[in-house]
Amino acid sequence: MKRTLPRLLMAPAVSTLFLWMIVPLVMTIYFSLIQFNLLQPDQSDFIGLENYEYFMTDPSFGAAIMNTLMLLGSVIGITVVFGVLIALLVNEPLAGRGLVRILLISPFFVMPTVNALLWKNMMMNPIYGVFAQVWIFFGATPIDWLTEVPLFSVILMVSWQWLPFATLIFMTSLQSMDREQLEASRMDGANFFQQFRYLYIPHLGRSVAVVVMIELIFLLSVFAEIYTTTGGGPGDASTNVAYLIFKQALLNFDAGVASAGALFAVVLANIVGIFMIRMVGKNLDK
Amino acid sequence: MARQSTYTPAYAVRSVAAWGVALLLFFPLGWLMLTAFKTELQAIAVPPELFFSPTLENFHEVNERSDYLQYAKNSVITSVLSTIFGLMIAAPAAYAMAFFKGKHDKDILMWMLSTKMMPAVGALVPVYVLAQKSHLLDNPIALIIVFTLSNLPIMVWMLYSQFKEIPREILEAARMDGATLWQEARLVLLPLAMGSLASTGLLCLVLSWNEAFWSLNLTAANGGTLATLIAGYSSPEGLFWAKLSAASFMAIAPIVVFGWFSQKQLVQGLTFGAVK
Repeated sequence: MKRTLPRLLMAPAVSTLFLWMIVPLVMTIYFSLIQFNLLQPDQSDFIGLENYEYFMTDPSFGAAIMNTLMLLGSVIGITVVFGVLIALLVNEPLAGRGLVRILLISPFFVMPTVNALLWKNMMMNPIYGVFAQVWIFFGATPIDWLTEVPLFSVILMVSWQWLPFATLIFMTSLQSMDREQLEASRMDGANFFQQFRYLYIPHLGRSVAVVVMIELIFLLSVFAEIYTTTGGGPGDASTNVAYLIFKQALLNFDAGVASAGALFAVVLANIVGIFMIRMVGKNLDK
Repeated sequence: MARQSTYTPAYAVRSVAAWGVALLLFFPLGWLMLTAFKTELQAIAVPPELFFSPTLENFHEVNERSDYLQYAKNSVITSVLSTIFGLMIAAPAAYAMAFFKGKHDKDILMWMLSTKMMPAVGALVPVYVLAQKSHLLDNPIALIIVFTLSNLPIMVWMLYSQFKEIPREILEAARMDGATLWQEARLVLLPLAMGSLASTGLLCLVLSWNEAFWSLNLTAANGGTLATLIAGYSSPEGLFWAKLSAASFMAIAPIVVFGWFSQKQLVQGLTFGAVK
């Protein structure tokens, strides 16, 4: 009786989310077992696990997994390390801190397609790009970023977008540090590195967990940056799992194989998710 | 803390270093903004021109050629409506979990978050087929539905963690004074929850505005958002930097400025209040 109202209030959210989860999932499982071309939606024969076999033996498959993990690992590593360093730098008083904050946080609000085109054309263009100019200035030969180091280029763009986010979270977290404890440790003769090791790092633990979790959610499905710059290439050099499935579905129109791939992506995401939920769960218990 | 030691050499070094880092990170964006006001020739000049007389020509041309307003309208409609719908569905659920504690609240929250772990591509084919069957391809309605649903878990989480901070005694006191449930919600809870609703809405707005995956795959010229418009410039024939920059400028300016003003709320929201 007493539970009626809360249940009623939760019903819309729970039921829509349940549908959002279960309908695509069931459809994906079904599609993954049939031969299904988006151009000929009427011809659909049951073919069992053939789509899975095709997707898994596709030479792009291994590359896509490696690229996905590389992208996740690198971006998270870069943003956490540099985020902490920048946050420490701007945590103490400095001239024009408000403006520095605004400059630092801005890239986070830039939409991914703009981010990608900005880097592709204005930064990484081998002839006119800013990087090329810097390379020439130092007497080096400019490189064609997107063809020579495609995955690294994507990592650079995505890191640029997410570094401000990490920095912002760490800045906020540092502001709640116990000032007196810091003072006391200084009185006791602790140098900065000792403070960093024994005071800052433990304090930042929780915010690192949050940053990693949020980035995992968004970085597993990086798409626009690849779509608008390298198109996954050259070859499969910058194809991640998300892009590979997109390619099968909407470029090759092979929805069957794409669905098999999608199920794989769900499994991959859930493996990553289990770790994440453990971490967050621990943090929520307080 | 004592402030007497503020203007020390360390302060100066730190300021210079911080400004250096900030300008370095902001540089690509600043460069884009400068390029938007250049002519095409100035845009690709070698070495790059830092000083030039700005022109608004690119903005005019983008407007005339590419139906910018149509895309901008779709961006506004999809992000605003999906935010409103999201809040309408998420707020009651978060309220229920925060104020009527149930045994399974935590499981439900975790389950909701886990739906967010399903990458968007996992649902691409089914959603595409459903949109196609219901004739919603290239229609903003499809995006509104998808954005609402994909932001929902985060919204419930944000609202839940913020509602939890509202002291229950206030609501109980109101109930003691004979307030009906509706009065309690409208007169007591709503004013207290306004901040949470705003910060959740803000984040949802930013996420929907910048969303590209679904916009690129479900829409084109009619239902496309600004993210779709900009991606259209990725083809080689569209390589006009100044115009691309002007279009990009118009696509990101509202949300970047908006972001500047809402940093604090965003941190609270994005970290589910776990970082203070």
